Order: sequence, then C-alpha cells, then structure tokens
Amino acid sequence: MGKIEIPIGPQHPALKEPENFRVILEGEKIVGINLRLGYNHRGIEKACEERTYMQDIYLIERVCGICSHSHSTCFIQAVEEIARVEVPRRAIYIRTLVGELERIHSHLLWLGVAAHEIGFDTLFMYSWRDREKVMDILADISGNRVNYGINTYGGVKRDITKEQLQKILKTIDMLEERTKYYIQVTREELSIIKRLSNVGKLSKAEAIEFNAVGPVARASGVDIDTRRDDPYAAYDEVSFKVITDNHADVYGRTLVRIGELMESYSIIRQVIENMPEGPISVKVPRKIPEGEALSRYEAPRGEDVHYVKSNGSDKPERVKLRAPTLANIKVMLKMIENYNLADLPIIVAAIDPCFSCTDRMILIENQDTRSSEVMDWKSLRQYSINWYKKRGIKF
Amino acid sequence: MMSIVYILIFPGLLFLSIAGLFIEYVDRKIYARLQNRVGPPWFQPFADFIKLLSKENIIPGTEEKVMFRILPSFALAATVTSFLYIPIWGTNALFSFHGDIIVILYLLTIPTITFFLAGYSSHSLFPLIGSSRILTQYFAYEIPLFLAILSAALLADTWTINEMTAFYTQHTWYWLFNIIGFGVSIIALLGKLEKVPFDIPEAETEIVAGSFTEYSGRLLAMFRLSIDIEVVVCSALLAAVFLPFGMNLNPALVFLLFIIKVLFIVAILSLVRALMARLRIDQMVNFCWKYVAPLSFLQLIINIILQGVVI
Repeated sequence: MGKIEIPIGPQHPALKEPENFRVILEGEKIVGINLRLGYNHRGIEKACEERTYMQDIYLIERVCGICSHSHSTCFIQAVEEIARVEVPRRAIYIRTLVGELERIHSHLLWLGVAAHEIGFDTLFMYSWRDREKVMDILADISGNRVNYGINTYGGVKRDITKEQLQKILKTIDMLEERTKYYIQVTREELSIIKRLSNVGKLSKAEAIEFNAVGPVARASGVDIDTRRDDPYAAYDEVSFKVITDNHADVYGRTLVRIGELMESYSIIRQVIENMPEGPISVKVPRKIPEGEALSRYEAPRGEDVHYVKSNGSDKPERVKLRAPTLANIKVMLKMIENYNLADLPIIVAAIDPCFSCTDRMILIENQDTRSSEVMDWKSLRQYSINWYKKRGIKF
Repeated sequence: MMSIVYILIFPGLLFLSIAGLFIEYVDRKIYARLQNRVGPPWFQPFADFIKLLSKENIIPGTEEKVMFRILPSFALAATVTSFLYIPIWGTNALFSFHGDIIVILYLLTIPTITFFLAGYSSHSLFPLIGSSRILTQYFAYEIPLFLAILSAALLADTWTINEMTAFYTQHTWYWLFNIIGFGVSIIALLGKLEKVPFDIPEAETEIVAGSFTEYSGRLLAMFRLSIDIEVVVCSALLAAVFLPFGMNLNPALVFLLFIIKVLFIVAILSLVRALMARLRIDQMVNFCWKYVAPLSFLQLIINIILQGVVI
C-alpha cells in the first residue's frame, strides 16, 4: 500500500479545538506527522500590554477555559511580586483550595475525554457526571462554573463561609469513593489496558530532552512538580506526594492523573482544616512600580510560566505566557510516530492539549520558493474581495 | 398477491422497519441507562429517520455516482429478504428450500460488502480507510460466525432452518450443546454490526464516520435503516438457531417468545457495548483468530462427535 496523507482537523470529531495534523500513513501506520497551529490565535499577550492591570486579570483568566484559575493566579503572583504585596494567609488558602478544585475538575474532564477517544463512552459519562459535582462547588464558592473570577491583586474577591467548607468536605468524600472506583476500573478492565499500554512511549531521557512538563513528564518517571520544587500559595504548608509512574506510556499518564486526584482530595482536606481566619485581601495601588518577575504555577496540565515586566505605569510593558501545552507539543509529535492511526487520538489526548492556550502566530513557508508573506488586516480584506470577484460573486 | 404482502408488509419491509427502529430505541435506552443517562424517548429513532429523509442529498464528485446511489438499496433489500426464511411464529418459516441457512448467511454478508463498496466509491480518505478496515474485520469474524451456526445445523443433520428448528423442538435440551457456538456468534455479531468493542470501521474519533462519511440525507437514512434491520435479522437468526425452545406452542405465543428472545440478544449486545473500550484493528483480528475461531472449531468437533454418538 502506498503512502497517503490525511488531514486530521481543523474540524474533526477527535479534536475539541481547531488544529491541523497532516498525517502520512502507510497502511494504518503513521510514518510522518506535521502539526499546524494558528487557527485560534488571539494575540492575548499583546492585548494585555494595551490594557490596565485590572483589565488584564479578566483577560488572562480567559486564556484557557479549564485552567483559568491557574493562569490568573500565575499572572497575579508575578504582579504581586513586582509590587511587593504581602497577601493575607486566608486569601492564599482560598487560592490553593480553588486551584485544587480546578485540578480535580480538569483531571475528571480529561479522564472522560480519554475514555471517549478509545470508544469507552460509559466511563466518559460517569466521570463527567462526577465532574458536575466539582463544578457545583466552584459555582457555589465563586459564582461561576469555569471562569471563577475569584482572584484579585492582593488577595481574593470572595470569602468562604463555614457551611460552604462543610459542603466541600462532603462532596470530596463522595468523589474520593468514585475515584477509587475509577482506579479499580483502569487497573482491571482489559480493553482499557489493551488500548493504553505500550502506546505513545516516551522514555525518561526523551522526556527530559524534549522538556516535557506535568503529568506527561511524571508518567515517564521524571520527578518534577512546581508545587513541591518551587512552592507558591499554601503548598509549603500542606503535605502531599508527587505521583510518578514508570509505565512511560498513555496508561502511565492515566494512572498519574487519577493518582493526582487522590492527592488533591487530601490537599483540600488539609487546606480546609488549617484555613486561617482574617482579611481576604489588601489594597494594591493601581500603578505597579518598575520591575520584572517570573512566576511558575503547576497547572493541571503541567508547569505554567508567566513573565511580567512593568514600567511604572498602570499597564504592563511586556507579558509573556508559556502554557503547559506548548512545552508538551513537541513531545507529542515525537510520541505519535510509528503508531497506528487508531492510537493518534488517544496519544494527542494524553498530553491533555489545550490548543487555544498554546496558539501562536505561525509563518507558513512556501515549499517551492522558500518564502513566506505576512498580510495585515487591510490586505487580507482586499485579498478576499478579489478572490470572490474573480469567481463572479458580487459584493 | 399474497407474496407482495409478505414482502412489503408482514414480515417484510414495513414490519421490519418498525421493528428495527424500535430495537434501535431499546438499544439506545439500555445503553443510556447503563451510562446513567436518561436516554431518548421512544419515537427518537423514527424522528431521526424522518429528519434524515428530509435532508439534502449530497453526492460527492466521484466517478461512481450510480454505485453510490444504489448501494443503500442493495443493503436494505438483502437484509429484508433474508428475514423471509427465518421462522418466527412456529417451526415453519414463510419460504423454505433445501440449503436456505447458507443463503441467509450469504444474504447477511451483502450489507457488509455494500458498506465496503460505499466507502470505496466515495473517493474520500476517511471512507477509504474505513472500508479497508471493514474488509479486514470481515475476515476475522465471518468464519467463526459461519462455523458456529453451521455446526448447530450439523447436529440437526440438515441445511434447512425449518427442519433445524423442528429438530431442536423435538429434542428439547439439545440446544444446550450449542452454548459455545452461541457465545461465539454473539462476539461475531458485535463485529458484524460494528458495535463497541468492534466498531473499528466507524470509529468516530479516528476516521469520522468510516465508510458513511460522505453519505447524507435519504441515502444515509437507508443505510441506517438497513443496519437497524440487520440487528433484528441477525438476532432473529441467532434466536432461531441457538434458542429454539417453545416453538411448538400457539403461533401468537411463539411470536411473543420470539420478540423476547430478540430483545434478550439485543440487551446482551448493548451490555457489552457499554462495558468495553474499542479495540484496535490488529488486536481485534488477533483476538478473533486466537480465541474466537478455535472456540468455533471446538463447537464443530463437539457437534461432529455428538452427531456420531448420540443420534
């Protein structure tokens, strides 16, 4: 059988976001892959530089639909570091609590997506039903299901009452039971093990060389976790294990994520138990003094890095985001090669990609002339008018 | 005149269409309840069917437009025809001749072949991959299915499904000998009907809708209907061959019993569908040749010995 090139995406049932894989197949085997990003580029970094710090929180929170709290906390931490703000303890604990709830929500979502990619819709329905419980808690304490909007400079916007904490504890107990069941399912169900084992192998050396982050790296035996290595928020006051696994395949990544769910439950219990009393925020001036800061945050998908440079005005001079997917995307391309087409969706899903976080402007080179061309908005509009005119469609 | 009624109304096209859509509802409802969902209302498959009929019929720019158009009718005709030879209200089917069980089995492979050709004549990448998967899968499940069903016929020493049912009705407990064959054919049926864990040819997260990717409107509705009817016919065949008890009662009772048997088989299929993940094509072929095919050979050997010893 000859080689055929098939396009997966930008619109394809396996992908939840627009991106394009050009897969070269030999029979069912993938012999080459080419990724094309840029369908969802929003220019958030530039937009941040043109808005005030207060407006930026709202913008940064919308970088990702799932780890919205991760991005906003990461950004706010950088700004607070430049402004030298002492954040109240209670606010830090609330941030940690929301961050861990977000991790649970994200990992349960991932479990469902992964199950769907291998055609196991029952697990998908089950885990998404349980995810609703976490979303309910988040809606209860922040007012929103995904973009919580709980962070602000110098603390958080909403306090949590005792009754709400009790409610969280109750839900966490229930979720822990459910998660134990999922652990049992993934460890025992044969068709899951068959589909996930020895797929998308990534050795420890490769994971380090290609700079993998988050659960992908931890599943290859790389013991990294920003929460422990460079503690932020309240993570230096709680005890937790960093889950690693030596399977180094998609199955290992599944086990790591489910293991992290269990750790998150324990962190939430400790946070609620030790939550100090006191104010929830301090006032931060509108203008941030000159300086620069780099902030790291362990988002559910891996390490998130934000860099902020300020020039003394109320707008940042430069904002740079590196979402975890950007670090993992090279690894993913490496992992896909030489596997079956049937394995492609699950290998892509196994890094828990968030392409809208990652999207960058890309230049596409013409293969023959080795040149590329940049169009601004005006010339793009003119181009499209000409395109339609040539085909006899009137404006 | 009567033949036209048989073919078009009962137990032909009309009855089968309604039964097929109803069975689709049962399958979807069971599947949904197992997944903790509410599931569709009873008229959902009918509504889907009518909606598809009213949709635009898009035919891709292929050289095989005629093939593309007539394939759904072929699939539908083959499944409906095969049902006429299956006994549903007694030991006698409507039409019968010597060797009809082989004809039924071959008529039931025609839909699979039309699915393959449908993908092939779409001239698009995803259908092409889907149809190559259909053929690969076909060679994995078809032989165990044939062997399992034919070894039951071997025990009855006949190639006519009527005589077979009569034989098993006479010897009430003999169907227990075929229990391995029943399991084998349930597994093969999952492959034939392209259900999880063998829904590889239409794995939506990999190749969109397999060979039906380019189909829409009326033609897709026809294909969907023929798949639904295929479920009924295959379950009916399995019920007639492997669960042949109570066939000498009052015809109305037998018919009721037949519906219960079909529902039972459909429930098994939905249960398996809810419990497993989709396998890869190489794993599926491996599984079928390593475990399912040897089991069907075992059934064949058991029946040959039994036929020599007992009867």
